[in-house]
Amino acid sequence: MSTPTLAIPPDSPRLPRAVRILLMETQCELARLLRTRAYSLSVIGFPVMFYLLFGMASRGKPAALYLIAGYACMGVVSACLFGIGATLALERAQGWLDLKRASPMPGLAFLGAKVASCAAFALIITTVLVTLGTTLGGVTVTGWQAAALAGVVLAGAIPFAAMGFLIAFLVPPNAAAGVINLVYLPLSFASGFWMPVSVLPHWLQAVAPALPTWHLAQIALAVFGFAPAAGMALHWAVLGGFTLLMLGAAWITFARSEAAA
Amino acid sequence: MSIALPTPLAAALRQEQHAHSHARTPAATDAVANLDSVVKRYGKTEALRGLDLTLRPGEVLALLGPNGAGKTTAVRLLLGLTSPDAGCVRVLGRDPRSAGARTRIGAMLQVARVPETLLVREHLALFRSYYPRPLATAEVVRRAGLEGLESRGFGELSGGQRQRVLFGLALCGDPDLVLLDEPTVGMDLTSRRRLWEDVRGLAAAGKSVLLTTHHLEEADALADRVAVMSHGRLLCEGTPDEIKRRVAGRRIRCVTSLEVDCLRALPSVIAVRRDRDATVIHADNAEEVVRQLLLRDRTLAGLQVSSPALEEAFLALTGDAAPDETAFEAGVTHS
Repeated sequence: MSTPTLAIPPDSPRLPRAVRILLMETQCELARLLRTRAYSLSVIGFPVMFYLLFGMASRGKPAALYLIAGYACMGVVSACLFGIGATLALERAQGWLDLKRASPMPGLAFLGAKVASCAAFALIITTVLVTLGTTLGGVTVTGWQAAALAGVVLAGAIPFAAMGFLIAFLVPPNAAAGVINLVYLPLSFASGFWMPVSVLPHWLQAVAPALPTWHLAQIALAVFGFAPAAGMALHWAVLGGFTLLMLGAAWITFARSEAAA
Repeated sequence: MSIALPTPLAAALRQEQHAHSHARTPAATDAVANLDSVVKRYGKTEALRGLDLTLRPGEVLALLGPNGAGKTTAVRLLLGLTSPDAGCVRVLGRDPRSAGARTRIGAMLQVARVPETLLVREHLALFRSYYPRPLATAEVVRRAGLEGLESRGFGELSGGQRQRVLFGLALCGDPDLVLLDEPTVGMDLTSRRRLWEDVRGLAAAGKSVLLTTHHLEEADALADRVAVMSHGRLLCEGTPDEIKRRVAGRRIRCVTSLEVDCLRALPSVIAVRRDRDATVIHADNAEEVVRQLLLRDRTLAGLQVSSPALEEAFLALTGDAAPDETAFEAGVTHS
């Protein structure tokens, strides 16, 4: 096994210290996630495998385009929930988080690096999906559409990273992966990541607009014209509100667990 | 296991400690770290019940005590990871929760696992980036004995090597104050001695070091001063020699029909406990106790006299401190 090594940048005094730490922390977090195969293979592997199975089956048809957006959403949600929820839950239980907090590491750099790393994974997944779609899937994706989709998943990393933080502080570490699957698979199904919501049972269609993942999917699908372009502001606003809600709940949970530990 | 600690000994310890604490008060101002009457509760359990502790500049202080004595809680308070319910914690003249204090502190905590796919070199680089004036990587590697491990993943290391990496992380910022929570836990003897050398290196470089341990041997090997903790309080403190003198004595093991209370009343007996069929007596003057035993019990069998492991003697000191404490406090009120 050859481990890819990090190019550790020489101390660059021009950058503010906090920015340097954020970059360094992100680099380490990303390297660590990439090398953790249980994570990198499944988070990148599942959307890619699904696309090869179901996207290719609709080669050249609208569904092959739809699924690029749908699986990109699935990619960003799973990258964030597993990449933060599961890993941070373990770091907390194993004392690593305490050691980091005892150091002068800026807390925001630590959290920011986790968000950035998961966003990077979402970007990798999206790039692979767009490449597969335009080659094997026989659909056309314009440069603008690719860029817009990339922008959506990068921004989408923020609300689901926030949800990852809440899970990490709320769920016992051994149960984290199970709980995440229990949350994320139904969300993916009910929000139209895998098939249009219109083909789902009526009661699920009624529930979908209450799910943050549905709003993310609407924004991503609108890039390819599968969702109305109007109402984007509402979708973004819901994701923004969801982010604040998750961060607030994560903060309260964290503060409570600290008081008791 | 039940150990009975006779009241006079506990009282003697405590009186000495009282004398100590009065003499100590003026030093608190130039202390590197200071806990003043600190109370810390977790739910209904009181982890610290009015702990006073002072770390002086340039000294190695060992916080010695059994599991659950409150050692780790004291370290967490000094690192600002948790807040006291009452009392005051100062580190390097500041509140430890302030960000500024942390750049001059290095900590080694009980960490079960660290991200395993990162290389030792990457861990060190990351921690060095947190500090304004970090120690050169080569120097961290040298002081923590990490030569040849830099390109290994943390997951590939042995237990002792992992502890050394954690020790290295504590040195990254070239700290003035180093806090080591159970630094040698789970280490074999060779690794332990190796880490002791590293800690002595810190002391030689003029750093102030506070380490927690439940091995008296470790405290003896490293510390200028030992503070013995039990049930969230300071039981006594002094140089390692002073502490060792208090836990001196020998262990007498035999099968006897004599009652425990009767044995306790024998001269110089410190503690008595039953161990299956046998009775174990911890006493200062073993010869005298043996003479008495043989006189009083003709059926006595299986007699053994040995020097107890220091740990065991130390446990005898702290093991049953709580009930005696109340006895002592009552005594003080009356006097």
